[in-house]
Amino acid sequence: MELTRDVQMDLHRRMVRIRLFEEAAGRLAEAAKLPGFLHLYVGEEAVAAGVCTALNDDDHITSTHRGHGHLVAKGGDFNRMMAELMGKATGYCKGKGGSMHISDLSLGMLGANGIVGAGTPIAVGAAFADKYRKRGQVAVAFFGDGATNIGAFHEAANMACALHLPIVFACENNEYGEFTRRDRTMAITDIVDRAVGYGMPGVIVDGMDVVAVHEATLGAVARARAGGGPSLIEAKTYRFYNHHGVQNLGLKYRTDDEVAVWKQRDPIFSFEERLIDVGTATAADIEQVWSALGDDIAAAIAFAEDSPLPEPDQLLVDVYTTHTNHTNHTDHTSMTARGAS
Amino acid sequence: MAATQITSDNDTVDNDTADNDTADNDTADNNDTADNDTADNDTVDNDDTDEMSMTSGMTNEQAGELTSRPMAMNIAIRSALDVMLGRDDDVVTFGEDVGYFGGVFRCTDGLQQKYGVHRVFDTPIAEGGIIGVAVGMAAYGLRPVPEIQFADYVYPGLDQLISEAARLRYRSGAEFTAAMTVRMPCGGGIHGGQTHSQSPESIFTHVCGLKTVMPSNPYDAKGLLIAAIEDNDPVIFLEPKRIYNGPFDGHYERPVVPWSSHPLGVVPDGYYRIPLGRAAIRRSGNDLTVLTYGTMVHVCEVAAQESGVDAEVIDLRTLLPLDTDTIEASVAKTGRCVIVHEATLTSGFGAELAATVQASCFYSLEAPIERVTGWDTPYPHAQEWDYFPGPARVGAAFKRVVAA
Ligand SMILES: Cc1ncc(C[n+]2csc(CCOP(=O)(O)OP(=O)(O)O)c2C)c(N)n1
Ligand SMILES: [Mg+2]
Repeated sequence: MELTRDVQMDLHRRMVRIRLFEEAAGRLAEAAKLPGFLHLYVGEEAVAAGVCTALNDDDHITSTHRGHGHLVAKGGDFNRMMAELMGKATGYCKGKGGSMHISDLSLGMLGANGIVGAGTPIAVGAAFADKYRKRGQVAVAFFGDGATNIGAFHEAANMACALHLPIVFACENNEYGEFTRRDRTMAITDIVDRAVGYGMPGVIVDGMDVVAVHEATLGAVARARAGGGPSLIEAKTYRFYNHHGVQNLGLKYRTDDEVAVWKQRDPIFSFEERLIDVGTATAADIEQVWSALGDDIAAAIAFAEDSPLPEPDQLLVDVYTTHTNHTNHTDHTSMTARGAS
Repeated sequence: MAATQITSDNDTVDNDTADNDTADNDTADNNDTADNDTADNDTVDNDDTDEMSMTSGMTNEQAGELTSRPMAMNIAIRSALDVMLGRDDDVVTFGEDVGYFGGVFRCTDGLQQKYGVHRVFDTPIAEGGIIGVAVGMAAYGLRPVPEIQFADYVYPGLDQLISEAARLRYRSGAEFTAAMTVRMPCGGGIHGGQTHSQSPESIFTHVCGLKTVMPSNPYDAKGLLIAAIEDNDPVIFLEPKRIYNGPFDGHYERPVVPWSSHPLGVVPDGYYRIPLGRAAIRRSGNDLTVLTYGTMVHVCEVAAQESGVDAEVIDLRTLLPLDTDTIEASVAKTGRCVIVHEATLTSGFGAELAATVQASCFYSLEAPIERVTGWDTPYPHAQEWDYFPGPARVGAAFKRVVAA
């Protein structure tokens, strides 16, 4: 590893942050304390951490339905994230977005997205704006293997290449789209094959190896920043939990053996072994990271639980910048006065 | 009262099954709901039946079985697909997770094993492709039943739906048609937030050439889906996902009630159909007419009970074609009208209903028509129950309109 100790510890820390956040969210959901769908990123931490550690704070990313990991890796605040998941007024989106639509513009995170593929062209637009403003920023579009089947991905990839924009397409190939194995819905094995069709280079990296992901991203980002145009990174990875939630609810679409084999390659634990083996960190250093961040998570849960729900009339604001269109509701006054039910 | 309606609906099926005669079913059903127009509807039904027996080769033996059993709405939908896959080789069904996995709402569970991967299959995440492919299949005489996993995902497919499926027949001078049924779970109440809760029905009713259906219970869901699949026009079949497992009256704080305890949760195993374009009166009453559909039918029934307003609750079942006869007869009787839907207010289907009622019942109306709907906002993550038009809001509107 040629990376500095700081960078390596940063990669590790970001992965642990994601893991802790996701495990906590999963537990809360199982205890019926989190409303809504929850798509956990556990198992794929090396991808978000490896990519985002190669970005500057003001670079842009777009995310997916499985978006917590991307926001955490970009520096997302645990408190505001947890509050958003719980639908609290103190959440990132004042409780309006929830898990699947969480965003933080100040971190360049343009949003998780409940619509598969929708983030990809948005990242292209951000890359255009980056280039237009000549600020040297780049954009990264995160998306899954399944998302490369939808038109939005193809239109975005082609447009980015045609316009020669500073963007990196980061594919998290976890071999499944929901409950359907990749080979049932596409005839190619490697997503990277799609890159050539649009005229951009692509690489496959081991998505369980945070260093490999990071180094590939450094190259792709440097290229984009220098005006070299788009490229695609396909990270081969795996999600450890169900498509949404934690358990599979007894519905089998992949074998326990398959899950077990991938879990042996846990991106965090394998990286920790390497850190210890080469003497970059001690077991105590690593333990320290986990426990400090564990305290942060506990504090975030308490913060979110103690936070108020939004006032009912807040439902009606922020639809438009200036205009609210509720006067034609005959029961509008009941809403503003005491909430609706 | 609802119970009477329900019993006679089920009786109808039994009669129908015994007689092996779909036209009877339609007629009897019509008698239940719109007793003023039997003859007219008979004609339509006979046409339908002829057409159908020609296209799908129905025989009397196939026309149903006597056995009924409790089914949740998703199971009733599966049963409809099963019946139609069994009856008609031209029927195919497909969508995301539909084949091997059996659908995220289990509506196609077991069907791939039974009918094979060439008839029940998985598609890529590609809504434009899914619908476009269905158009091509249908133009060539298949009867595709694509599933869009959530109605919220249909937008990438709207181009094929609006520009192609809906217009194929008109622009080819009726040479081609797209006899396809697009199934999509819709509606809120499941903490789905803005991309898993929408009620986009008025987008479809606004498109000439599409028919739009939304059942409120398992019995209707099966009969309407069969009619939709047999229909020779493209049909949008919206399934309120909140009521897949049980009727939901908006009292989210109460335990979930299963369909097995509801009369309309008893569903015949075999073939039967409920013709498109017929509303059902779920609760007869004299104070006012409620026009509603989907999940809100149950909310309106309970709102009538709780508010003490003797509301006549009409479950439209099919938004297009619309059963104006049943609507007009009811408003002529009550003189008042409240329209309730989950979808947002502005340009919602309620606007169409209000215009229809005022045009045809102007002289019967004794009060302005009210609409109770979702707020004009995207569907929020937080405080879903402040957003959802629940029984308190609906009941308050009933009282206002009765007092007006
Ligand atoms: C347009 C659209 N179609 C379908 C869905 C339902 N859906 C949510 S996630 C998902 C699978 C996505 O697979 P992939 O892109 O590989 O991401 P992963 O979940 O594996 O991370 C699907 C089909 C959706 N959200 N949006
Ligand atoms: Mg995937």
